[in-house]
Amino acid sequence: MATNVTTGLTREQIAQRVAQEFQDGYYVNLGIGIPTLAVNYIPSDMQVMLQSENGLLGMGPFPLDEEVDPDLINAGKQTVTMVTGASLFSSADSFAMIRGGHVDLTVLGAFEVDCQGNIASYMIPGKLIKGMGGAMDLVAGADNIIVTMTHASKDGQSKLLSECTLPLTGKGCIKRVLTDLALMDIEDGKFVLRERAPGVSVDEIKALTAGELVIPGDVPEMTFNRP
Amino acid sequence: MAGFDKVVNSYEEALAGLEDNMTVIAGGFGLCGIPENLIKEIKRKGTKGLTIASNNAGVDGAGLGLLLVDKQIKKMIASYVGENALFESQMMSGELEVELTPQGTLAEKMRAGGAGIPAFYTATGYGTPVGEGKEEREFNGRHYILEEALQGDFSIAKAWKADRFGNLMFRKTARNFNPMAITAGKIAVVEVEEIVEVGELDPDEIHLPGIYVNRLIKGSFEKRIEQRTVRSA
Repeated sequence: MATNVTTGLTREQIAQRVAQEFQDGYYVNLGIGIPTLAVNYIPSDMQVMLQSENGLLGMGPFPLDEEVDPDLINAGKQTVTMVTGASLFSSADSFAMIRGGHVDLTVLGAFEVDCQGNIASYMIPGKLIKGMGGAMDLVAGADNIIVTMTHASKDGQSKLLSECTLPLTGKGCIKRVLTDLALMDIEDGKFVLRERAPGVSVDEIKALTAGELVIPGDVPEMTFNRP
Repeated sequence: MAGFDKVVNSYEEALAGLEDNMTVIAGGFGLCGIPENLIKEIKRKGTKGLTIASNNAGVDGAGLGLLLVDKQIKKMIASYVGENALFESQMMSGELEVELTPQGTLAEKMRAGGAGIPAFYTATGYGTPVGEGKEEREFNGRHYILEEALQGDFSIAKAWKADRFGNLMFRKTARNFNPMAITAGKIAVVEVEEIVEVGELDPDEIHLPGIYVNRLIKGSFEKRIEQRTVRSA
């Protein structure tokens, strides 16, 4: 599996494609990294409220220098602002929202996903032991989750497996994965290819997907304009 | 102290009775809303063998990171412990025991501990290393694990404003784990930026009633920022 793919989506394009999943009136929790970039692509005629699990609903952009407030941060510990209509609450209330299924969409990253809907995203034994933060609660609580990740490691090893090798963050909870190469759903223990990144062939995706992959007829290329 | 007046006048008095090997529940998220002066007092006292439950373990040289320098923490219960080299080295060498706990589960364990609920079922962590060895049960076709409540000998927390009875208001995202941490401690010690006379706070705007607070002290705070992120005008 040493196929050389150089034509995948950029981080910005992944974020742009994620934003197409937003709907007017959605409460959304975005993980650190690529998911957070998706806020830049929310259409101006759409209202989306961002939930930050440290206790803020209605997260705004980063502050101007003179607006910085050490008491107002996001889950990545970055200084932020609040939008009009925001609300503040405790961590217990925050996870009541998440666990209780009140958040409409959750977007987060992962190291590995398998075709059973399992996700591994928080620990590489012996190497990276920082903790799961809120990720285990988010994947267990949300119904509508998109995982964003690179399709394969830098040396060409698939991260879309038949069975995750790393410790799991959640079991059987992932139904949709967006990578730099493809958008896939997980159904009945299989990855189902829904969209290809522009210029990436089905064969290239197939070669870099270790778990069972279903190709339902013609697979369209992603578009980056809202329908 | 008289009647419901919870105010103490020194940090020494605030943490009187804290002894080696006790369990302490701490509020704060990253360095936001942490009881920074109470942590410094624990460092000064030199209390050792502590089990501390807090979402994070501070960073090198700030927050709970200060208690790692003299190895005062025996066990840490936290959801995220990155950004702390000393923590990592003590964890890897086995000097520091770590119980990684999902963030929402940690908040609920504290809430339950303060609310007289010994344990609760949650889907979080089912089928993962967090669920290993825990009771599992199915409700309406979904799998859950049994998580036990957390209680501390002490809790240390930070609020924004209080009246002398310990009725508390928090500010912005500095609320985070503080309300639950306070309820879960046998002796709850809270430091605040301002103490007002009883009657000055609108009862409708109190975030946490003073019944949960044992000792209250006014401090001054550095409020260090972990990730100062700004946009240009």
